[in-house]
Amino acid sequence: MEISLSLKYIPILITALIVFVIGLAMVIINQVLGPKRPYSEKYLAYECGLPPTGETRHRFDIKFYAIAILFAVFDVEAVFLYPWAITFDQIGFFAYIEMVVFIALLLVAYFYAWIRGGFQWD
Amino acid sequence: MDVQGAYNAANHFLLKYLGISLFKALIVVVIALLHVAYITYVERKVIGRMQQRLGPNRVGPRGLLQPIADVLKLITKEDIIPSSVDSRWVFIIAPFISLVAGATSLAVLPIWEHFVVTNVNASLLVVLAMSSLSSFGVILAGWASNSRYSFLGGLRAGAQVVSYEIAMALSLVGVMMLAGSMNLVEIVKAQIASPFKIYAIPQIIGFFVFMIAAIAETNRTPFDLPEAETELVAGYFVEYSGIRFALFYLAEYFGMVVMSMLAVVCFLGGWYGPFDIPGIPMFWFLLKLYFLIFFYIWVRATLPRYRYDQLMGLGWKVLIPLSLLNIVITGFIKILV
Repeated sequence: MEISLSLKYIPILITALIVFVIGLAMVIINQVLGPKRPYSEKYLAYECGLPPTGETRHRFDIKFYAIAILFAVFDVEAVFLYPWAITFDQIGFFAYIEMVVFIALLLVAYFYAWIRGGFQWD
Repeated sequence: MDVQGAYNAANHFLLKYLGISLFKALIVVVIALLHVAYITYVERKVIGRMQQRLGPNRVGPRGLLQPIADVLKLITKEDIIPSSVDSRWVFIIAPFISLVAGATSLAVLPIWEHFVVTNVNASLLVVLAMSSLSSFGVILAGWASNSRYSFLGGLRAGAQVVSYEIAMALSLVGVMMLAGSMNLVEIVKAQIASPFKIYAIPQIIGFFVFMIAAIAETNRTPFDLPEAETELVAGYFVEYSGIRFALFYLAEYFGMVVMSMLAVVCFLGGWYGPFDIPGIPMFWFLLKLYFLIFFYIWVRATLPRYRYDQLMGLGWKVLIPLSLLNIVITGFIKILV
């Protein structure tokens, strides 16, 4: 009997479960073996030994958002490239030119982001 | 055969298949876990020697029992969850996300032609997906801890992992083009059939980009900005203690093993070697794997940490254009030949 395609992915799930169970077992053993001597200072957030002050959720740089948006663009590009790369032998020269054009178009956006300081972090 | 009989046979077959898979997965995970434990030992020992120190040498002969002592120590520590933690559930789940996503890729990486937990036809995609998932754990840990250092570490980790993931995803496109497959077993076979035997030679740019991106993806020195101990104490896991901290630690080393295995499979010819070693079919695979892990440690002992602007600059301005160039060149050469 042959294993159907979707069934072949089940062992990945099994592996994930095994790793999860190992991690969980470690945490549970830790709960059992570890001492419990609570006092209020122990449960403060770490800030170099001083009582934490102010707000922890500061505003952060807009560039982190910009990077996330650029990531979406380039990752989608990578996803488009995968099927093209795998069928490269069959689709030949025309598809190659098409992909070069696609990459060139993307590079326009890339250099635009570069010029506007999207990759500038100082 | 009647319908009931066929049904029973199929059921029996399915159970057998799941049982064998469980057994295989258990073997792979346990062996990987032992490797991870001893990589921490080897790392300390090698870096010690490189810095003219002895490294761990107290527990057991030559310090060989050090990893076990470390685990025992961490497992008997108090489990502290700070009261300022934003969401206890996210705080608790975050290390599990990192660990599970980091180690699950082991299921699809072929150690030998006939030894892979499951030989799926999009295994490369599974590895890439899992490596991106593990960054969620890091970001969530940084966010849920509700501490300044964790927050900064989580943010940095997010931006860094995302940036280098693009370079890594693009550097593997060249391999897919040459092999015409996403199945890692097929990639190894196509590699051996190719004129250079390993893809590290025709894909030298891709290999270079991949190795740098792999070091950055696993947050290792010189790209360990998310956990830079001299400025962020420990970064995203500063509030984690005891075994929860160990889970992050394990995730990082699992990531290192998985990335090295992927590099061996995609660029260095997998389990094939110049000659066969009778009886040990995994010999060459393990040799290459150990060399790459040594390479990680070597890099850590040699290079100082990057500045954040240098790190992002390297990722976006050097590695991504290089990997795009690699795709265009690979395609051009394939058209010509």
